[in-house]
Amino acid sequence: MNATPAKPQLPALDLRGVNMVSRLDPATLVAEEVNWTVQAGEFWVVGAPQHSGKTDFLMTLGGLSPPSGGEYYFLGEAMPIFEESRLLHRLRLGFVFDGGQSLGQLTVAESIALPLRYHGGWSGDEIESRVSELLEMTELVPWANSTPANVGRSWQQRAGLARALALRPEVLLLDSPLTGLDVRHSTWWLAFLAQLSRGDSRVGGKPVTLVVTADDLRPWRNCAWRVACLANRRLLVLGNWHAVENSIERAVQELLVG
Amino acid sequence: MQKAGATAIPAPPPRVRDRWGLPRFYSDLVGRRVFAFLLALHGVGAFALITVGVLLRNFRVAQPVMRPLIAREIHRAGVQLLPMFFFAAAALGFLVIGQTVAWLSRVEAANNLLGNIMVIVVVREFGPLLTALLVLARVGTANVVELGTARALGEVEALEALGIDPVHYLVVPRVVGMAVGVFALTVYLILGTLVSGYLWAFIQAVPLLPGDYFRQLAGALSYLDFALLALKTCAFGFIIAIVTCYHGLGQPLQLNEISRATVRAVGQSTVACILLDALFISLYLAVT
Repeated sequence: MNATPAKPQLPALDLRGVNMVSRLDPATLVAEEVNWTVQAGEFWVVGAPQHSGKTDFLMTLGGLSPPSGGEYYFLGEAMPIFEESRLLHRLRLGFVFDGGQSLGQLTVAESIALPLRYHGGWSGDEIESRVSELLEMTELVPWANSTPANVGRSWQQRAGLARALALRPEVLLLDSPLTGLDVRHSTWWLAFLAQLSRGDSRVGGKPVTLVVTADDLRPWRNCAWRVACLANRRLLVLGNWHAVENSIERAVQELLVG
Repeated sequence: MQKAGATAIPAPPPRVRDRWGLPRFYSDLVGRRVFAFLLALHGVGAFALITVGVLLRNFRVAQPVMRPLIAREIHRAGVQLLPMFFFAAAALGFLVIGQTVAWLSRVEAANNLLGNIMVIVVVREFGPLLTALLVLARVGTANVVELGTARALGEVEALEALGIDPVHYLVVPRVVGMAVGVFALTVYLILGTLVSGYLWAFIQAVPLLPGDYFRQLAGALSYLDFALLALKTCAFGFIIAIVTCYHGLGQPLQLNEISRATVRAVGQSTVACILLDALFISLYLAVT
């Protein structure tokens, strides 16, 4: 019997000469000529100083704003995806905003259930069970019935994470998840993301591909295993931490000092 | 650069038009206003077409989520406003009947005109327009503030990230809710005004039996009145929802810009409703 040749795995994210612009001001260039490949299962941290366009960079990766040039493929499909016919493919990507970006009218539990209820295919019991599981995973049970106005920023960020995980994404983009968190919350996030990167049965079992932005690389040293740096509208793909420490780029050194 | 020791030349006093912010040329001002109007028309028109497209295309999408949202909007733009509309109905009935009786008491057989006057003033004109303006004031302004805040705080991006069309989730329920709400409230306002009108006439000792009054009303009404009333009120609701949602959602907004967006939305909605009303009057006069 002939062994079937292993199907080459598609890169999770594949950017070729991509130019990115600000969502609020499309005339402002955030990054140019980005050539970058993120393989499935990798855990990347993209360091960048404050106000350097991290959110716009991540929004382009998330397909929320189109690149102004170049080619960008997400799991083999050209991005951004706006067509209904390719929506299922698009939902393989999750996005966690800086601050959680809560939906003002909904409670935490309703907000987590929203994508499940909207996209269908789940019974009422399944939705309830999935929401309970996510609330427990993110320790949000006490705030399940609270609206965002009554929940602290740190917990809103977790609610954003739980909502993004509801549809079991294969790739998760996180915008500065540690910003403004105390040590207890930061430690929880780092441990949780490390667990997701290894594979968690509650999120499909397979390792989730993670791309995180940060303005301080130090907390990620024992967590993320690939590093890039966005500075002066260029993405420096550094690779592992050894390369980061040996980098002579001033921007990289600043991100290591914090 | 000014040299040291040189005498500084005092700046000339600002001219009157600079001090008062008056334009250099009034033709510039008119031109700017016309362009701004055309741009607004273009933006609102495009937003309306997108919304109608999403409404038709996604009519059956995510019904477990959309049905409660639409019910909430109907409650907000309809049921919740009922007490205010009952008050408005009582006041309008008094206003129309009080003035009419005061003036027509000099004319012989003027009582025979009360029903006709109520139909012309209340059913065809005041009822729908007053309802639209009250709904605009109570719900339309809230729409701009809510959606503007959602936009400024990034909720729209959060929905997009979840694969949820913001127009479907945020605008469609408001459009449907407001169209239904304005129609239903107009019907209640008209019924309330007709009843209160008779009560005021009765209080003023006008010799008119209820049967005669309602016979006059029925005689003055035609099928066209019902059809145009339904069309007009739904169109008012649609226009108010579209204009207010456009100003809240249709363009990137900072928190400090929301108040200005609200003022613009109210102004444009009012003008649009009055123009539409004029169009319906012309249509009615052409048909009859």
